[in-house]
Amino acid sequence: MEKREERVVEEGAAAAAAAAAGGEAEAVAEAEAEVNPWEVSGKIDYDKLIDKFGCQRLDQSLIDRVQRLTSRAPHVFLRRGVFFAHRDFNEILDAYERGDKFYLYTGRGPSSEALHLGHLIPFMFTKYLQDAFKVPLVIQLTDDEKCMWKNISVEESQRLARENAKDIIACGFDVTRTFIFSDFDYVGGAFYKNMVKVAKCVTYNKVVGIFGFTGEDHIGKVSFPPVQAVPSFPSSFPHLFNGKDHLRCLIPCAIDQDPYFRMTRDVAPRLGYHKPALIESSFFPALQGDTGKMSASDPNSAIYVTDSAKDIKDKINRYAFTGGQDTKEKQRLYGANLEVDIPVKYLSFFLEDDDELEHIKTEYGLGRMLTFDVKKRLTEILVEIVERHRRARAAVTDEMVDAFMAVRPLPSMFG
Amino acid sequence: MGYTKDQLLARLQELRIEFSKYEHPVVLTVEAQAKHVGNVGASLSKNLFLKDKKQRFYIVSALADTKVDLKVLSQRLGLGKGGLRMAPEEALGEILQVPLGCVTPFALVNESARHVSLLLDQGFKSQQGCLFHPLSNDTSISLNTLSLDKFLKSIGRDPSYVDLEANPKVGKDQPPDLAALVPSDSIVLPEFAEGAPPSEHSNENHAATDVKPKAVKAKAVKTPAVAEKIRDDTVSQHGEQLGAVVSDTLRKRLSSELKNLAIMFKNTAYTEGFHAGTHHQPKRP
Repeated sequence: MEKREERVVEEGAAAAAAAAAGGEAEAVAEAEAEVNPWEVSGKIDYDKLIDKFGCQRLDQSLIDRVQRLTSRAPHVFLRRGVFFAHRDFNEILDAYERGDKFYLYTGRGPSSEALHLGHLIPFMFTKYLQDAFKVPLVIQLTDDEKCMWKNISVEESQRLARENAKDIIACGFDVTRTFIFSDFDYVGGAFYKNMVKVAKCVTYNKVVGIFGFTGEDHIGKVSFPPVQAVPSFPSSFPHLFNGKDHLRCLIPCAIDQDPYFRMTRDVAPRLGYHKPALIESSFFPALQGDTGKMSASDPNSAIYVTDSAKDIKDKINRYAFTGGQDTKEKQRLYGANLEVDIPVKYLSFFLEDDDELEHIKTEYGLGRMLTFDVKKRLTEILVEIVERHRRARAAVTDEMVDAFMAVRPLPSMFG
Repeated sequence: MGYTKDQLLARLQELRIEFSKYEHPVVLTVEAQAKHVGNVGASLSKNLFLKDKKQRFYIVSALADTKVDLKVLSQRLGLGKGGLRMAPEEALGEILQVPLGCVTPFALVNESARHVSLLLDQGFKSQQGCLFHPLSNDTSISLNTLSLDKFLKSIGRDPSYVDLEANPKVGKDQPPDLAALVPSDSIVLPEFAEGAPPSEHSNENHAATDVKPKAVKAKAVKTPAVAEKIRDDTVSQHGEQLGAVVSDTLRKRLSSELKNLAIMFKNTAYTEGFHAGTHHQPKRP
């Protein structure tokens, strides 16, 4: 599968498909945005998207229920509507209330060493879910996918997988509840048996429909999708979930993955498994705003975890698209356009204090606060996040990665 | 780590040093000591633990009646007029390894005191016996200077008897007469920065009174962010609550930092165990 939580446009065959889709998008009125596993563009109307995909809005009652069940404040991403859609999350909560736990499944396509904040968002949220519900987590590193789609060598993709694993571990996952695996290392045994079962249920036409494969695409790509589907089934991990075939799975992901997991949900009942539940996030905007794309080739489109405090300050000051007016006077008269303002959007992701965010939005919107102040506060917060991450990452050793990736039982994973 | 009273007394016995032992309730002053052993026919001593500006330490042991003028002594040692002062309490424990009120020449038996200089009152020599604490406040031993000298020599010390009340002129042509008794080595103790007043409670004070708690040990507590919160608008916004609001914010941050540290620690510990387990060699049958 192409992207997980990135908005990066991939090269290779996917680009051809994207170009075709992009062409279609341009021909249609500007209101129509394109969202699928390999292309995200245009101004996105999330309500329409939910309708189109057929998933559901995560409403306040669900958030309150999460708060009740976990006895802690809901994560800032839930409060601010970053994770805003779901499939069957209410069933997960029903089962949890009955005492039936679940496990989490998320992953990353290790295409590059540099991770930006957008990459961290699903992991930050998944960590919260792990801590709040006290459930185990499997993290898939699709090094085989990147090897095929990005055309990098097997060794390089494995190396990147390990490097990315360190950043993932630095997000604060609990080793007694977390299993990280790379496809090259783990595929085989029970996992492969499930892959074959899934593959038997999906026709070639169907997978072309979802992924846009053409006759020119190599067979590696065509047969890849089951690899990403089967971690949703507990029997893929006999060392963890032996005998627990009815354990449910919850997948936190970005909403562009929805079409992909629709395929998995379609297949699951035919194999006698529960459909995996999904909890989906909106897209993390690029620094330049809706017109820009976060791209691995443009370092100024995103804040990277390796950026220094100075880099972050410069990027926010120079490249962040703002809704503020051109001059102080105009700002005081008209206020800022919060719809397009990137600093405020970023703050809504990362500023934990609801009151402070409201205060900033009010003051900035009315023109009583300047863009400069908003950017300054944002820089402070982002620097703190990035430095915390760097410190945590420095403490991750190769042995720790080995421990997280070892095929081992996790006796206290539900404790 | 330091010698105990019993160890010292055993040592004295081994060396066949004659002494008389008197046990009594714990005493912290010469006056109190006098109440218990004032009439045993031996002379009470007063013992001062001093330090100079260059972190060198001295024990001045004198008859209780001898007048000891620190200013004069300081000049005689070549330390200038105000060079000598009482050593701080911590030094007692660190260097002499004796409790408060227990300064005694016998403390020099400890390795930690090897650079401490000892000045003995000349007046001791004419006494039948002199009373000192044998490293503990609940006992006094009396012995004459011959015995004391025997002990000091056994620990490699050259006993120096000084007329502590003398006040010779010290000037250009009259070098300080006790200069030879200044230790060659200073003793560096981590707590005692030069010139810093020995205030053990300075850290706690900062945290309590300072609204910008730099002393609060949390790596991510950015004091500018705290200062931000204490602006005019926030003061008016929160009024009296500002203190509570700021401390609440700090508490949340610290708590989150702590949780992160805890998880890192857990993961590290598990990794160590995992590594050990995977490299463990099974027991031979």
